[in-house]
Amino acid sequence: MTIPKNVKNGLLHLLILALGALMLYPVLWLISSSFKPTTMIFTDKNLWPSSFTLEHYKSGWSGLRNIQFGNFFVNSIMLCVIAVFGVVLSSSMAAFAFARIDFPLKKLWFALMLGTIMLPGHVTLIPQYIIFHELDWVDTFLPLTVPKFFAEAFYVFLIVQFIRGIPKELDESAKIDGAGWFMLFFRIILPLCTPALVTAAIFTFLGTWDDFFGQLIYLSDIKKFTVPLGLRLFLDSSGNSNWGAVFAMSVLSIVPSLLIFFAGQRYFTQGIATSGLKG
Amino acid sequence: MGKYKTYLAGYAFLLPWLIGFFALTLGPIIASLYLSFTKYDLLTSPEWIGTKNYVSMFTDDYRLKDSIWVTMKYVFLSVPVRLSFALAIAMLLNQGLRLLNLYRTIYYIPSLLGGSVAISVLWKQVFDKEGVFNQGLAMVGIEGPAWISSPSYAIYSLIGLSVWQFGSVMIIFLAGLKQIPTELYEAATVDGAGKVRQFAKITMPLLTPVLFFNLTITLIQSFQTFTKAFIISGGSGGPINSTLLYSLYLYIKGFTFLDMGYASAMAWVLLFIIAIITGLLFLSSRYWVFYSDGGK
Repeated sequence: MTIPKNVKNGLLHLLILALGALMLYPVLWLISSSFKPTTMIFTDKNLWPSSFTLEHYKSGWSGLRNIQFGNFFVNSIMLCVIAVFGVVLSSSMAAFAFARIDFPLKKLWFALMLGTIMLPGHVTLIPQYIIFHELDWVDTFLPLTVPKFFAEAFYVFLIVQFIRGIPKELDESAKIDGAGWFMLFFRIILPLCTPALVTAAIFTFLGTWDDFFGQLIYLSDIKKFTVPLGLRLFLDSSGNSNWGAVFAMSVLSIVPSLLIFFAGQRYFTQGIATSGLKG
Repeated sequence: MGKYKTYLAGYAFLLPWLIGFFALTLGPIIASLYLSFTKYDLLTSPEWIGTKNYVSMFTDDYRLKDSIWVTMKYVFLSVPVRLSFALAIAMLLNQGLRLLNLYRTIYYIPSLLGGSVAISVLWKQVFDKEGVFNQGLAMVGIEGPAWISSPSYAIYSLIGLSVWQFGSVMIIFLAGLKQIPTELYEAATVDGAGKVRQFAKITMPLLTPVLFFNLTITLIQSFQTFTKAFIISGGSGGPINSTLLYSLYLYIKGFTFLDMGYASAMAWVLLFIIAIITGLLFLSSRYWVFYSDGGK
C-alpha cells in the first residue's frame, strides 16, 4: 500500500527477468561454451567468451565414421516433413468426417479415438515392433513415417473442435452449388482450418524432431541416423574428449525447434492448451 | 445426396484413422496382452508360460523393484514441484504486465527444448561434480555432490530437469487465470478480503478444473519419461539402478535382452498403474474440482 504502483511494477519486472535469466542460464551456457576454446569451457566462468572459436562447429560437423553431421540433419528433416504431411492430411480427413458427416457408429468411433489419447504407447510398442520386423521394415524409415498417415487422435480432436466453429451454412451452400464431399473438404473446410492445421503441423514437427525413442528402436545403420541419434552416438564416442564439438552440435540440433517456435508462436498457446503436449 | 452415399463418404474420410486404429492400436493392444503370457524373443515363436512373467515381476526381479521405486520417487517429487512452480510463475505473470509475451516465451523455452537429446547432454554437464549447478552452489558456500555419478543424488538431476520444463503447464495455468473475472477480485477487495484470502477463496477454487487437467496430463507423461534417463545414464539406468525409470527398464528388457513377453507384461502393469492413479484422480475430483457451471 505504501509502495507506489510504478515502483512495485518495476520490482515485479525485475524479479520476473531475474528468474527468467536463471531459467535460461543452462541454455545460454551451452551456446557460449560451444564457442569457447576447449581449455576454457570449464574454466572460463564468463558467459561472454573472452575468445571465440568456430573450431567445435567444424570438427562436430565433420561428424564421425565418415558420416557428416549434415547427413543426420537431412534424415531428420525428411522424417519431419513426411510426418507433418501425413499427420495433417489424415487427421484433418478424420476430423472432417467426425465434425460434418453423419454415418453409423460415429459416436462409438469418436469415443474410441478419444480413449486412445490417454493410452501409454508402451502397450502397443512391442507388437508394433513385431509387425514392422515381420514386414522387414526395421532399419528403414518406414516405421517412422507410414504410421503418420493413419491420423493422430490429439490432432483429430483439435481439428474437430475447430471445424465445429465453422458455420454449417457454408456446407449447405456449397452443396447447392453442386460440390461433393471431397470438394467441400479440400476447397472450403481445409482452407478455413488453417490455424488448427498449422498448430498440428508445428507440434508434429517438434514431436518428430525430438522422437528419440522411436528412432532409437527402429534405426541402426548410421547412414540413416537422425539428429538425436547422431548426437547420442557423438556423446558416447567422443564425449569426454571433445565436449566442445558435442556442445556445438547440440546447439545446432535445437535451432530448428527454436525457429519453428518463433515463426509460429501465436499458434502455440492454443496447441498447448488443447493437448497439454511437450515436455 | 443419398443416405448411403453419405455413409460411404463418412467412412472414406475416416478410413486412414480406422486402419491405424485396428492395425496399430487395437490389434497391438490385444497382441501385447497375449504376449505378456508368453516367452518371446522375436526369433522363435512365442511360448505360452501362463502368469510366469507377472509372478516373476513381483517376486524375483529386484531390478524391477528398484525401477518402480525410482519411478515413483521421480513422479511424486517432480509433478507437485513442477505444478507449483508453474502456478507461482503464472500468477506472477498474470498481473496485467507489459512484455507478457516476452516473459511467456522465456519461461516456455525450457519446455520447448527439454525433451531433446541436446538438453539431456547439457544436463549431464550442468550437474557434473564440477558443473554449472555446483559452481552456483559454491557461490553461496555450499559444496554440491557429484549429482550424476552418485546413486543417492542422480535421480534429483532428472527431477530437476523435469521441474525446469514447467513452461507448458504454466501457459495452461495462465490461460485459466485469465478466465477468472476481475470483478470477483474487485468485489472481494471492497469486502476487505486480503490477497491470501482471495487466493484461497477465488483463485484456487476457480482454477481447480485447470489444475485437474494439468495434474492428470503431467502424471501420465511423467510415468513414461525415457530420453532424459537414457542419455544421462548412458542407457544403463545407473549408477546402481538409481535412474532406471520404468520406461528405460522396459526398453532394456525388450530391446537389449529381447525378452519381449516380459516387456509386454511390464507395459500392462504400467497401464494398470496409470489407470488406477487416473481413476482415483477422477473419483476424487468430485470432492475438490469446482465447475462454475455445475459440471456441464
